[in-house]
Amino acid sequence: MQTAEPTAPTQTAITVRGFSSWYGSFQALRSLELEIPSQQITAFIGPSGCGKSTFLRWINRMNDTIPSARAEGTLDLHGEDLLSKSLDVVDLRRRVGMVFQKPNPFPKSIYDNVAFGPRLHKSYTRAELDELVEQSLRSASIWSEVKDRLHSSALGLSGGQQQRLCIARAIAVGPEVLLMDEPCSALDPKSTLAIEELIETLADRYTIVIVTHNMQQAARVSDQTAFFFEGRLVESGATETIWNKPKNKQTEDYITGRFG
Amino acid sequence: MACIGERPPPLDGFVTSLPTNPHARDLSKLGRPKSVAARVLRERIIVGALATAACFSILVTAAIIVVLAKETIGFFQFDEVSLGEFFGGTEWNPLLGAEKHFGIWPLVAGTLLVTVIAASFALPLGLIAAIYLSEYASPRVRATLKPALEILAGVPTVVYGFFALTAITPLLQRLSPDTFGSYNAMSAGLATGIMILPIVCSLSEDALRAVPRSLRDGAFALGGTRFDVSVKVVVPAALSGIVAAFLLAISRAVGETMIVALAAGGVAQITANPAAEVQTMTAYMVQIFLGDAPAFGVEYKSSYAVAATLFVMTFVLTMIGQYILRRFREEYD
Amino acid sequence: MAAVRSASTRLLANRAFLTLCLAATSIAMLVLAILLLAIFVQGWSGLSWDFLTGLPSRKADKAGVFVALMGSLWVCAICGLLALPLGVATAVFLEEFAQKTRFTRIVQTNIMNLAGVPSIVYGILGLTAFARMFGAFGTNVEDAISLGSEESLFFLRIPFGSSVLAGGLTLMLVILPVVIIATQEALRAVPGSLRAGAFALGATRWQTVWGITLPAAVPGIMTGAILAMSRAIGESAPLLVLGGALFVSGAPENLMSDFAVLPLQIYNWASRPQESFHAIAASAIILQLVVLFLFNGIAVFIRQKLQKPLQ
Repeated sequence: MQTAEPTAPTQTAITVRGFSSWYGSFQALRSLELEIPSQQITAFIGPSGCGKSTFLRWINRMNDTIPSARAEGTLDLHGEDLLSKSLDVVDLRRRVGMVFQKPNPFPKSIYDNVAFGPRLHKSYTRAELDELVEQSLRSASIWSEVKDRLHSSALGLSGGQQQRLCIARAIAVGPEVLLMDEPCSALDPKSTLAIEELIETLADRYTIVIVTHNMQQAARVSDQTAFFFEGRLVESGATETIWNKPKNKQTEDYITGRFG
Repeated sequence: MACIGERPPPLDGFVTSLPTNPHARDLSKLGRPKSVAARVLRERIIVGALATAACFSILVTAAIIVVLAKETIGFFQFDEVSLGEFFGGTEWNPLLGAEKHFGIWPLVAGTLLVTVIAASFALPLGLIAAIYLSEYASPRVRATLKPALEILAGVPTVVYGFFALTAITPLLQRLSPDTFGSYNAMSAGLATGIMILPIVCSLSEDALRAVPRSLRDGAFALGGTRFDVSVKVVVPAALSGIVAAFLLAISRAVGETMIVALAAGGVAQITANPAAEVQTMTAYMVQIFLGDAPAFGVEYKSSYAVAATLFVMTFVLTMIGQYILRRFREEYD
Repeated sequence: MAAVRSASTRLLANRAFLTLCLAATSIAMLVLAILLLAIFVQGWSGLSWDFLTGLPSRKADKAGVFVALMGSLWVCAICGLLALPLGVATAVFLEEFAQKTRFTRIVQTNIMNLAGVPSIVYGILGLTAFARMFGAFGTNVEDAISLGSEESLFFLRIPFGSSVLAGGLTLMLVILPVVIIATQEALRAVPGSLRAGAFALGATRWQTVWGITLPAAVPGIMTGAILAMSRAIGESAPLLVLGGALFVSGAPENLMSDFAVLPLQIYNWASRPQESFHAIAASAIILQLVVLFLFNGIAVFIRQKLQKPLQ
């Protein structure tokens, strides 16, 4: 592990060079070139099936669970090769958290949901764990809603609360990067707003990559935007630039809603 | 996973991005890290243990085959028996009389007779009841009958055997006093049928329920009555599951032991007469293992040859069922 | 005109079929009702405390089921203690660890085949492998190797002979495929999103199984296990082959004791010509059915009350 020192927010967290991936003989991603900056919010946009979720699942190697999936090229997190065979994927996933499309709390208590991850990696005293759970829930802006029922089932929470709990759960293991795969697509507008606000507060501590097919959401929350189309990375850059002066015709068509 | 492409030079003096929030900084210091080596080792040991458990089931099959094969070969080494007689002979008379005969066909015929009687009423009845449960019955009726079926499927077969002996046979005798003796294939067949009825019904019903609603809606939209939809659309769509259910039930009937041991009798003969006393393969094995024959003699070994025949029969039935399920399963959604 | 008639024929067919369905279902129900009634009529009067605690006897009116009940208890306890961990471990391996390779497909097909093997064949395997141990230790009881004292609960004699341990092991073979298949179904019912959630937190496969998947599947596994046990407790053919003695004077005292089980006791009584023995067989069947209903009742209860909705 590296030593603790604050870094400039413009540093590159994830470097992607000539990255391609396949499911069996189907090529899902073609020669991606991208740099994802540290402690900023990067949005992946594009029509469904364009490969943005596939790419996200390479960053924490969740694609390892699919036997036919393979990748080539360079995918580095702070200079560390994420495609290496010798990489400890368990430790990688501790450092790169993930929030899924549908809230997926474990059928356990709220407390145990948050404590599950930390307990995997470290041993804690009861007091330490209590503090960790509280701080994680506070960071995910859900503490005030659940502090009186920490030991009741997480399945009793509303959809939006469940998703914030899942964010707290991901934060609790102390990741550097948070991957979010359409985190609001299963939620109502009010819950969506709450999650979006939460994402913005998290950006000063975590490198966040969010996949969304909601372009307004990408425009609202992200600093950087990358537009995927049919397995290729068509355009990437500062969100403002992409939105106001897209270089590529396809990007323009997509963000103006002419297709997709 | 090969990594091709130009690797960017490592950033100078690079450090991991760190939380600026004071709380978060504290959190990372909480707790004592667990040993990675211990985690990796434990995972290896557990995977090894689980894989060993999974291999046990293979070992069981291997043991069955080895035991049956070894003892069957031992059986054929006796002077009294020959392969030709075993597979071609029509007389099975290992215990009585001066000359012993080991032709398997009377036992197979007895087994088939009981199975045919059982299947000929349990299969149609079970399927009709399944169609009723799946397509016609209200949710409340279903909720009552389905668990009842599951319980019935769990009734010990010795209970059905007792029922055959003390209820079905006397009933048959009253209906037709001169035809039925105290042991007959009909009684055992009927009881076996009752035994497999819940299996047929429950499994067929599962297969029918697995047919998607959209298929039924489509048929109803074309103006079909419930009967048309059930019989012409749902049943054909679920056919592979129904056939597999039938095969499983038949295989159960073939291997059923306690009912035939109690009610079918002990005369090994080739007959299609349901009123006749017959001996099935399983009933013969019971007779031997209950100690009517001296251990390690030719009669005793013959039971292994019979068991091997039974094993092959049920194995083939199961394999056909598995094949049909895999090959013809309609994949919905 | 023709169209109208065809429509009415079809409605008639529909109605006729419904009647057939109702008739078939009612016949099935009626048969079962008669079955239960016949047994209760014959056996109810024989049920008494003396019958429950009585030892076997050559006279029907003095015979009891105590020895058989204790035998069933011992054999099923051994069977369950072995089959449950082994079956769950196999199912966990197949569902959660193994890649879908040729090997796992063979194991899977093999398990389906084992489920279809007649129980009497397992009896032959148990007799050869457990009771006689392939004759490797001689064939006389005097030649057997003894381990530990006969007073000990865990007294061992090799080969096992027709003992409760051999009986339990044999029944374990019978219900193992049932436990495996039920556990696999329970594990498959756990949503994949829960596994993904655990993996994403850096859980290993085993940590995911132990912390998330297995707890979520427990109600399903319990239901399957109880139904498997209710099968074991009613199984008699394999134990009959094993030489589950038909006349045993006392309840088992250690792993090497001879034993009788309830279904075998029923078989023994039912196969005698005397009516009086048929009556006590019916009484024993009532006991057997009570145990069956109890097991199924627990299984249904677990399924309905403890099965929390998983998303």
